[in-house]
Amino acid sequence: MTRTGSPLARRVLLGVLGVVVLAAVWELYKALGPATGVMIGDLTVLPRTSDLAMPHVWDMVARLFRPVRSAGDDELMWQAVLKASFFSLGVAAVGWLVGVVVGMLLAIVMQRFRTAESALLPWIVLSQTVPLIAIAPLVKRWGSQIEVGDFSWENWMSVALIASYLAFFPVSIGALRGLESPDVNHVELMRTYSVGWWATLIRLRLPASVPYLLPALRLAAANAVIGTVVAEVSIGLRGGIGRMIVEYAAAAGGDPAKPWAPIFGAVVVGLLAAGVVALIGLALTRYRRGETPA
Amino acid sequence: MSTEPTESGQPVAQGQPVASARPPAVSVAGVSKVFASRKGTDVTALEAVDLTIAPGEFVSLIGPSGCGKSTLLRLIADLDTPTSGSIEVFGKTAREARIDQAYGIAFQQAGLLPWRTVRANIELPLELHKVGKAARAARSSELLALVGLSDFADKYPDQLSGGMQQRVAIARSLAESPGLLLMDEPFGALDEMTRERMQTELVRICAETGAAVVFVTHSIPEAVFLSNRVVVMSPRPGRIRDIIAVDLGRAEGRDEGLREADSFFEAVVSVRESLHGEAAGAPAARGVDIR
Repeated sequence: MTRTGSPLARRVLLGVLGVVVLAAVWELYKALGPATGVMIGDLTVLPRTSDLAMPHVWDMVARLFRPVRSAGDDELMWQAVLKASFFSLGVAAVGWLVGVVVGMLLAIVMQRFRTAESALLPWIVLSQTVPLIAIAPLVKRWGSQIEVGDFSWENWMSVALIASYLAFFPVSIGALRGLESPDVNHVELMRTYSVGWWATLIRLRLPASVPYLLPALRLAAANAVIGTVVAEVSIGLRGGIGRMIVEYAAAAGGDPAKPWAPIFGAVVVGLLAAGVVALIGLALTRYRRGETPA
Repeated sequence: MSTEPTESGQPVAQGQPVASARPPAVSVAGVSKVFASRKGTDVTALEAVDLTIAPGEFVSLIGPSGCGKSTLLRLIADLDTPTSGSIEVFGKTAREARIDQAYGIAFQQAGLLPWRTVRANIELPLELHKVGKAARAARSSELLALVGLSDFADKYPDQLSGGMQQRVAIARSLAESPGLLLMDEPFGALDEMTRERMQTELVRICAETGAAVVFVTHSIPEAVFLSNRVVVMSPRPGRIRDIIAVDLGRAEGRDEGLREADSFFEAVVSVRESLHGEAAGAPAARGVDIR
C-alpha cells in the first residue's frame, strides 16, 4: 500500500513540473490552435483560442493581484478567493466529518448483521443516483423548518449536509470491505481468546480496515469538496467558492481572467483536503504494513 | 534466520507426564462430525473417534488429506462442535475450556497481526484478558527469550522470516501458560531446514513448559521426532486407524542425532506401514496433503 521511493523534494519538484507543463500546453495551444477551436462535426472538442475563452496564464495570475473590482479599492483578488476558499473548506470539512462518521457506523452495522447488509447496501448505492440539484432545495426547505430552542438551521448546514451525503458513500463501502478483510485465521484466533464482537472490532477489524479506509477517506474528501461547491450554488449560500464561481462567470465578458480566480481557489481547496487525508494516512502508517507470507 | 539458541535442555519442575488423578488434558469420546452440504450429500469428517491425551503428553495426528485430523483439532479448540460424542479438556467441556483459556493455539499461517510489533503480538491475548502492563511486558520478555527472538521484540512481522513468524506465533500461544497446545501444521509452510530446527526447538519448549500438545501434521518424520504417541488416521470417513507409541526417550534428550538413530527409523517405518499398509477394504487414499 505504501508508496515509497522518491524522496519528498523530488515529489514536490515533479508536482511543480506538472503545473508548468500544463501552463505550457495551454499557451502552446493558444498560440498555435485555430481561432475557432477544433470541431468534429458540430461538436467543439477544443476551445477557441481567443483571449476571452482562454486568457493567457500570466493574465490569470496577474489578475489575482489586482482588486476584485477592476476600478476600485477593494481587497485584492487572491485575498477574496482565499477567504472564500477557507469558508468552503470549513463547510466541506464539517460535511466530510459527518459523512465519515455516518459511513463508518453504517459499515459497522452492516458487518455486524448480515441482514442489515442486504437491507442497507442497495439503498446506499441507490442514494448516489439521486441528482444533487434535486435534493438541494428539499434539504434547504426541511432545514428551514427545524428550530429547537436557540438552535436554528442555517444555510451552511444544508450545504454541509449535502456534502456529507456525497462523502458517506465511499466510506461506507470502503469500511465495509475493510472490516470484512481479516483472514478467517485471525477471526478464529479471536474466537479462541473468547473475546466478543466489540473487542474483535477494536483489536482486529478496525485496524485491518485502515488500508481500505484511507482511499475511501480521500474519495470522501474530494466528494465533500465537490458537494460543497455545487450545493453552495444550488442552495444560494454566499461567501463560498461555489457562489463566487457563478458570480464571476457573469463578469467574464469584460474581465476574462476574473472567473479563473475562484477556479484556482477550488483547486486549492481540493489540494488542502487531499493533504489533510494524506496526513491522516501518515499517522496510521503502521496499520498499512503488509504481512509477508511465510 | 537467527542462529540457533544453544539450549542445553534444562529440566523444569513442571515436569513430565505422570499417571495421576489429574483429569486428562484431552478426552475425546465417541466423537463424530458430519458436515451437511447443501446438495443433501452429507460428508462424514469424523466417525466414532476416541482419544485420551495425558497432561504433558505430545500427540501427533497424522493422515492423508480428508482424514479429519484438522477437524478433530478444531473440535478440541471449540472452533466447531461435534455432531455426536463428547470432548473434554482438563475435565471441562471444550466450550468451557476455550472460555477459560485452557489451551493455546497455532495455525499453519502464523497469523500475526501485521500492525503490531513482535512483542505486541505476543502480548495480544494478555492484553485482551486485561493483564496489567508490567506483567505483560515481563511475560513477553520471558517468551521472547524462550523462542530466541529477544533481539526482534520491536520488529514488525513483515520484517521476519517465515520461521521467525512461526516462532512468534508459538510464543503467543504460550502467553497464558496453557496446559494444552493445539498446533495445526505450524511448520507446514516452512522449508525443510527451518522445519527441522523448529521441531528441535518445539521439543525443548514443550519440555520447559510441560504443556500437552496436539500436533496435526502430514510429515511422518516430524510426527515421530516430536511425539510420545502418533495417531494415524484414515479418510472417508475420518477414523483413527492406529495409535503408535514412540519411545524416543525424554524430551530433553532429543537432538539432531536422534534423527539418524535406529529407533527413530523404526518408529518412522511403523508409522509409514500403518499409514500406507493394510488398507483392507479401500485402496489407501493418499494424494497430496495440502492442509
